[in-house]
Amino acid sequence: MIPPDTTSKEQTDMSTAGSPSPGRAPADQDASKRHAVEGKAGHAVKLKDLNAYYGTQHAIKNVTIDFPANQVTALIGPSGSGKSTVVRCINRMHEEIPGARAEGSVTLDELDIYDPNVDVTAVRRLIGMVFQKPNPFPTMSIFDNVAAGLRLTGTKSRDLKDLVHRSLQAVGLWEEVKDRLNSPGIGLSGGQQQRLCIARTVAIEPEVILMDEPASALDPISTLKIEELVDELKERYTIVIVTHNMQQAARVANSTVFMLEGEVIEHDETNKIFTNPNDERTERYVTGKFG
Amino acid sequence: MSATTTRMSAATLPRISARRRRTDQIMRGSLFAATIVALIPLVLVIYYLLHKGLSLWFTSGFFTTDPTGSFFGSPGGIRSAILGSLEIVALATVISIPIGIGVALYLTEYGKDGRFANIVRYFVDVMTGVPSIMFGLFIYIVLVVGDFGGSGYAAWKGAVALALLMLPIVIRSSEVVLLLVPSSLREAALALGAPRWRVVFQVVLPTSASGLVTGCLLAIARGMGETAPLLFTVATAFGLTFSLGQQMDTMPYLIYNDITSPRTAIENIAWGAALTLVAIVLIFNLIARLIASRSRMA
Repeated sequence: MIPPDTTSKEQTDMSTAGSPSPGRAPADQDASKRHAVEGKAGHAVKLKDLNAYYGTQHAIKNVTIDFPANQVTALIGPSGSGKSTVVRCINRMHEEIPGARAEGSVTLDELDIYDPNVDVTAVRRLIGMVFQKPNPFPTMSIFDNVAAGLRLTGTKSRDLKDLVHRSLQAVGLWEEVKDRLNSPGIGLSGGQQQRLCIARTVAIEPEVILMDEPASALDPISTLKIEELVDELKERYTIVIVTHNMQQAARVANSTVFMLEGEVIEHDETNKIFTNPNDERTERYVTGKFG
Repeated sequence: MSATTTRMSAATLPRISARRRRTDQIMRGSLFAATIVALIPLVLVIYYLLHKGLSLWFTSGFFTTDPTGSFFGSPGGIRSAILGSLEIVALATVISIPIGIGVALYLTEYGKDGRFANIVRYFVDVMTGVPSIMFGLFIYIVLVVGDFGGSGYAAWKGAVALALLMLPIVIRSSEVVLLLVPSSLREAALALGAPRWRVVFQVVLPTSASGLVTGCLLAIARGMGETAPLLFTVATAFGLTFSLGQQMDTMPYLIYNDITSPRTAIENIAWGAALTLVAIVLIFNLIARLIASRSRMA
């Protein structure tokens, strides 16, 4: 899976993954300037003994993970290991699938996401989601796509234009689309569409952003842009990212969770997972020996 | 691999046998013949309509006067029948389309593959196959016989019968179109925190709008040409009336009445009206195709 010559490259990447890389420092400063939300402390997500089912199929088994605030946590593992299901349990999208249910606890700080008194739509506004395939609304313009979150939740915003502007800037799309805000969102390239979808999520001002393989349908350059964006967004959001691409996990994530057959095998600093994992199965997976 | 020296040529593969060629020709020929046989009546219908009806379009007052109902005098035009049909079908549309799209939305967005939804689907299929005269009979028994609403035959009762006929068509075509809306769009909207009703109104319906319109237009075209549901619900009238509480003249009924007349002038009116009816239905179909071809479904 990983060509052998990338190992050394990967390690250099990883050594800079935890701390801000010198090459990206300007972008980071930009990002903090853009958001300029002073004293905005992030929020941590905690899963405890989470079990999820599709009908009778037990997809997630006793999963306990802490996602620290303002950090990027990557979920890796082979197909069918339950990464996406875990993510969909966090914003309660899992239950949209007929026959699917989840048990256990998911908390955002002190808030129990699965509390019967909690309004599921309010939960999803706090915990935004970006999907694998870019899915802008085909009937809406670029502008309307970004504003869709507010319009779809009936939120009145006095300054919609400013919000759309800020959201598109946050994903680095403003310069590319500012002259054609009224043209359809599906007219953009795949990479631009995905950033548009991230802008749409940013526009509802969530606290947590879940990304389910956000770059797997994109070309390498668009992928790089998304990764840089993830790095910027963690200034303001807690980010959970599912990925099949281990270099990607190594590049963007502070910590990495390795999952296998619905269970968490190991959760540690990204650096450690990729260089010196505790579990043999993790080691075999990250070195491409199975999966 | 390098040891193989035989090169591919026409001789490598077995030849096509004469029997296989012959069978192929016979099958192609019979399929072509079947197509021609199916086309003959279609062409003849259009030929006869044009031959017998087209000249009527150019007689004075055909579109601008009402039928007189007199056997010996001038038979008049077909204005009241055209307007009556349009009015009744319009009312039937207003009744059947909101309900039909509503049912389709229930099936795709809420009922999904549940037991109740499948029962509804089954009944809708059965309703599609019910002969149209049954809808007329049903309304006759329920609304006409007891003089419901103060009178026996009334235009609105015919519209209800037509609406019942159109309903399963609207439901079925709308459901197909709504299922074409990618579920990723519903998920995107739900993940933004949208309540389901807003997902339906702001994402699902706009995305499927052109397809819904196409299906509805086809249902309207179907309702336009139906005679049986009107026979004993609306009956007929000669003069122009816009009151839905009275008997009303309609195209199919006028054709039904006039074509059996022993007087050629009146029989000709039926042909002219039939051509007009076909033209109206054709226009609805063309509009539907136009919208369908322009639709962009991602």
